[in-house]
Amino acid sequence: MSIWEYANPAKFMRTTGAMLPWLVPAAVVATVVGVVWGFLTPDDYRQGSTVKIMYMHVPAAMMAINIWVMMLVASLIWIIRRHHVSALAARAAAPVGAVMTLIALATGAIWGQPMWGTWWEWDPRLTSFLILFLFYVGYVALWSAIEDPDSAADLTGVLCLVGSVFALLSRYAVLFWNQGLHQGASLSVASGERMSAVYRYPLYLAMLGFAALSLALILIRTRTEIRRRRLAALQARELRS
Amino acid sequence: MRALLLRDLRLAMRAGGGFGLGLCFFLILTVLVPFGIGPDRAGLAPVAPGILWVGALLACLLSLDRIFALDHEDGSLDLLATSPLPLEGVVAIKALAHWLTTGLPLVIAAPVFGLLLQLPLAAMPWLVLSLLLGTPALSVLGAFGAALTVGLRRGGLLMSALVLPLYIPTLIFGAEITRRGAEGAPVAAPIALIAGITLAAAALIPFAAAAALRINLR
Amino acid sequence: MIRLRARDLAVARGGLRVIEGVELDLRAGQALILQGPNGAGKTTLLRTIAGLQPPAAGTIEAPEDSIAYAAHADAVKPTLTVAENLAFWAQVFGGEGSDALARLDLAHLADRPAARLSAGQRRRLGLARLLVTGRPIWALDEPTVSLDRGSVGRFTKILRAHLGQGGIAVIASHLDLDLPAQVLDLDAHRAAPGPVARPSSFNEAFG
Repeated sequence: MSIWEYANPAKFMRTTGAMLPWLVPAAVVATVVGVVWGFLTPDDYRQGSTVKIMYMHVPAAMMAINIWVMMLVASLIWIIRRHHVSALAARAAAPVGAVMTLIALATGAIWGQPMWGTWWEWDPRLTSFLILFLFYVGYVALWSAIEDPDSAADLTGVLCLVGSVFALLSRYAVLFWNQGLHQGASLSVASGERMSAVYRYPLYLAMLGFAALSLALILIRTRTEIRRRRLAALQARELRS
Repeated sequence: MRALLLRDLRLAMRAGGGFGLGLCFFLILTVLVPFGIGPDRAGLAPVAPGILWVGALLACLLSLDRIFALDHEDGSLDLLATSPLPLEGVVAIKALAHWLTTGLPLVIAAPVFGLLLQLPLAAMPWLVLSLLLGTPALSVLGAFGAALTVGLRRGGLLMSALVLPLYIPTLIFGAEITRRGAEGAPVAAPIALIAGITLAAAALIPFAAAAALRINLR
Repeated sequence: MIRLRARDLAVARGGLRVIEGVELDLRAGQALILQGPNGAGKTTLLRTIAGLQPPAAGTIEAPEDSIAYAAHADAVKPTLTVAENLAFWAQVFGGEGSDALARLDLAHLADRPAARLSAGQRRRLGLARLLVTGRPIWALDEPTVSLDRGSVGRFTKILRAHLGQGGIAVIASHLDLDLPAQVLDLDAHRAAPGPVARPSSFNEAFG
């Protein structure tokens, strides 16, 4: 069986319909346990209790980027293979990604206040996320501005490709512009320094939870989009005949 | 191709304001800034590179919707799309015409505006060079935004929202060249980067913009 | 030898098929008049033939760069003079047509800015453009709109000459042009609602 069978709307609805009753509770449990467990960890010797916001900040930041990558892949699938569900999935994912970016920005600001003594700092990472947010907003706005779904899917696909290149370019341009205060990555495979297991495991769980939550939200929204398109198609046919 | 370029330039001149409006906007901006910031040299000089670059960006943005909207309305775009010219070439030529009517006048007039904003004389050549290298990218990227929104009745605001994030790298490097020029710091790296962005955008963006135009013409 | 063929052609507007099962086979010197009520899909069919939108199904065969399309809009720039407007399109299409203005009775207006033309004169300028494209297949969407009787006669003469030189024309028109032409009634090709084998749009994929 080919993976492309899931691009069939009916098959997609059936599969996700069976998946969601498991996925949603699992996502909620993992997120809540991960974040609460994170709050129960001992204070960091340098950052004190503020470090605990990490359990929302890091997973949200991770998903903000992953969702854009997912949209890019979905747009490519749409442009190359013309699977309608793929275009709708990209559309459904964008607001979720935008919210994740907002969460990352807001928690970053709240964390930055006690650490750096300011709510906002034009730090390269924060700035990159703000730029990413702008790209999300533009993408969502273009989708909702164009009435014809076929043109909208194609145009947002093109925008997503070009936007990805420029989002990446902006990331490095911003580094050039300001070296920044932001601490290094908390989890890094490359650097030998790793945080201790006490902090690491709740973070893994919270990341898993955020990933599952994002997936669940995207699937639910994609299902809504499919139903909405179905409704629009039926109405269009009704008007025509 | 040449015929299209000449026609676009002639249209811009006859319609009036093709060359002048961008400059006029730029002038008003440079007059307004000291009112907002204060007249003293110490306050103005450090922000001058940034203001001049943001001003160039906004002046460019103002005239973007002309690139395709009129041709779309009167059916010229349909004909250009069915003509022997490749649509990618049409986009590139129209972006060039846009640059010649808005970007180039800004490049030439920039030192005057720099003087008004107390930009140090040492930075003038770098301001001109950065605008010369950077503004073509603004026109090409703007053509892409205009192509995306050409079918929309009120696409202007949406187009700005789509195009401005794309301008960020160019703006960063452009303002950086001028700032470093003013401080006498080495400028080779940002010059190479902004030239790279402009060349890559001029080479690749017309394809994306032409694809967007084809979608909008269907 | 110029030839325009369409096989099992279906065209869509707003994501829904309007016409399907159209078979065309036009050879040099032949004209086809499309008839049908408003909304039957005449414009959509012409745009598809002109290559501006992809067919929902089926194929169109014509030599590359052989079709000249004339839409409702005349693509006339008001700030350019009549002659400048025409010269531009002649340069773009690389065609030759120094007598185009005379043949549409526009020669005396050559230096007038197009903004000061009447609707009929603008239309004539739009039609004169066909002559300078040098293309053998004309796809014309209501070419006679806002033309007076004399101009319609003049245009019919041009069409005849075009066909006589081995050209092809596909014309959507309500008016009876005095032409030897086949007639295609689009009402007979109205698309049947229902699922399609290979969806080309969201409305078809989810309908």
